[in-house]
Amino acid sequence: MKLIGAQILMEILKEEGVDSIFGFPGGATIDIHDHLERTDIRHYLVRHEQAAVHAADGYARVTGKVGVCLVTSGPGATNAVTGIATAYMDSIPLVIISGQVPTHLIGNDAFQEVDIVGITRPCTKHNYLVTSVAELARILKEAFHIARSGRPGPVLVDIPKDVQQATAHFKPNQKVKLKSYNPTYKPNAKQLRKVVDLIKAAKRPLIFAGGGVILSKSADELTKLARSAQIPVTMSLMGLGAFPGSDPLSLGMIGMHGTYRANMSTGECDLFIGIGVRFDDRVTGKTDCFAAQAEIVHIDIDPTSIHKNVPVSIPVVGDCKSSLEIINQYLAEEDLGNLTANRKPWLEKIRQWKQDYKLAYVQKEAIKPQYVVEKLYELTRGDAIITTEVGQNQMWAAQFYHFDRPGYFVTSGGLGTMGFGLPAAIGAQVAFPDALVVDVAGDGSIQMNIQEMATAVQYKLPVKVVILNNCYLGMVRQWQELFYDKRYACTCMDHAPDFVKLAEAFGASGLRATRPDEVKSVLRRGLETPGPVIMDFRVAKEECVYPMVPAGAPITEMLLV
Amino acid sequence: MTEEKHILTMLVDNEPGVLSRIVGLFSGRGFNIESLCVAETIDPKVSRITIVTQANAPLVEQIEKQLRKLINVIKLRDLTGSGSVQREMALVCVRAKPENRDEILRIVDIFRCKIVDVGPEYYIIEATGTEDKMKALINLLKPIGIKKIARTGTIALFREPH
Ligand SMILES: Cc1ncc(C[n+]2csc(CCOP(=O)(O)OP(=O)(O)O)c2C)c(N)n1
Repeated sequence: MKLIGAQILMEILKEEGVDSIFGFPGGATIDIHDHLERTDIRHYLVRHEQAAVHAADGYARVTGKVGVCLVTSGPGATNAVTGIATAYMDSIPLVIISGQVPTHLIGNDAFQEVDIVGITRPCTKHNYLVTSVAELARILKEAFHIARSGRPGPVLVDIPKDVQQATAHFKPNQKVKLKSYNPTYKPNAKQLRKVVDLIKAAKRPLIFAGGGVILSKSADELTKLARSAQIPVTMSLMGLGAFPGSDPLSLGMIGMHGTYRANMSTGECDLFIGIGVRFDDRVTGKTDCFAAQAEIVHIDIDPTSIHKNVPVSIPVVGDCKSSLEIINQYLAEEDLGNLTANRKPWLEKIRQWKQDYKLAYVQKEAIKPQYVVEKLYELTRGDAIITTEVGQNQMWAAQFYHFDRPGYFVTSGGLGTMGFGLPAAIGAQVAFPDALVVDVAGDGSIQMNIQEMATAVQYKLPVKVVILNNCYLGMVRQWQELFYDKRYACTCMDHAPDFVKLAEAFGASGLRATRPDEVKSVLRRGLETPGPVIMDFRVAKEECVYPMVPAGAPITEMLLV
Repeated sequence: MTEEKHILTMLVDNEPGVLSRIVGLFSGRGFNIESLCVAETIDPKVSRITIVTQANAPLVEQIEKQLRKLINVIKLRDLTGSGSVQREMALVCVRAKPENRDEILRIVDIFRCKIVDVGPEYYIIEATGTEDKMKALINLLKPIGIKKIARTGTIALFREPH
């Protein structure tokens, strides 16, 4: 079949099961957009290319599928970079298609030319410049394969305009053949035997689950392991939802703003099993003191994440799901004896920590942001997909909303990208039109991609934005309060727009609460109002997120409320 | 932890941009490159890159894993401590006044170099050998006067088992 480049792209998108694309056109994508209009694939026109990538990212995080976005050359491509880096840090499978100037102009500083392959090399899993239409189909197939396999990640394919227009013979359903790319899915059984022995012998075991558990869809296997072997579970920010947050064995989040019991358990455990994690510095604090009494097991599909930040006694390179299945199978063959009795003192100690050091705040005259999240959890019964912006709002969402299932918490963990939440919510809503999708936002972050309210209104995507409006870049202000003698340099944001009027200007609805007794009714009304809604909660300005481990300190040394 | 010299040899896809992926990995992650050599192999689709780096054991493990993770790296081997053959090459333009021509010729002879260009006042010497040999040669030529020098990095091959 003879097709032009743009048509070949459409064929591959169909083969890969793509139903939605987030994009923004330009001179270098006209051919692609032209052909896209003639397919059943829905194109969502965002208002900024960064948002196109975040929306594809949100879509990917809630569906587990590859998210796709389409941007033009030059500024379109550079605008996408923050989104690409965000997805890269959190291992999210994306294919980013960028238009490029015609091949004969490449290198000439042509109008709207940038070397986007060069620019995105360090923040993509892989990227391609397609120099001949004959290679297009193969490259696109490889791009989807690389994006979703192994440790997932974003792959960019840069397609010059003449390649989009040139004709080639197209063969459907070509197999991907890559010489050396072959991720290790199958874990080493001997290593897993050792893990099982350690689990049996341990008096104070602890599981640390991360985003890898969610990406590999192994939450059920993890839950089975934790419950059958009576091992408490803590999670990274990216891992929230990998284990039911309401289960008594859940310790909540670990790390800089982790719970007291999660961080103390890490300090005192004798076996620490990291699954699908990369031991980020926000998790470990001072690495020398991290889980210092424990044998550390580390299961991950990416060999580079093992031994990178902390030394490990038992490394296991492999897929989290297969690894957990095998561990569960081995455990099922074992006589676990009076395991429950053995674990009792440890679980009792953890219960005591939980009782003595709850996540807490003191409600005074002003609305406490934590209270808003707590009420949001109650009113939605934990059923909403929560996206977040970055800063205090993100941490309070992580602490006070309890996630019982994977894929319900969508947050920029690795890069910490302000402006992520709203477009990500749009992507999640596109994936699940009937779900309740809420962006928990700060007044600073929401202004970074607020223009996407127009996208939400245009496509009737009823996302709800809950702004915890403290008139500050709150998380930075918190550091200034605690470590810079309250010198609030450049963090006061009292010149914000009127978010209620702004919502209305976009054609959405706006609501505001200024007193604690208004919180529930504003939330209820906001969640019930059809269409996109912004709820502006005027919260206590100088509230801090606790516990807090100062950067570089051992995680057992926490500042508490 | 002690740092050691490691010779990493790898086969990579011979495509535009591949070298910059590798070099970018080193600079982006703060790894060190002491020397680097690249050229096509018998298969024009494949190039061999040899990188010499200085790192402690956990770091070199990380460097190797990061390199293997690159889609275009087909095969990688650390030749440190294993039976390998290693060579460097240099072209040295050395001042050749009448009074030290004999000495230069003697050095060229001992080090089994070649004189590849002769001018009224200069010789260009071609030398190959191990890194140590090159260093020794340069040290001897320095007092005589080196005008220009071009050196390659190390290239190396694993010795085939007998
Ligand atoms: C794009 C970007 N720029 C800067 C930062 C640094 N930063 C981290 S948190 C934060 C404050 C965010 O303020 P706001 O959105 O109001 O949230 P709050 O912390 O008050 O809840 C800033 C500026 C960032 N994470 N991302």
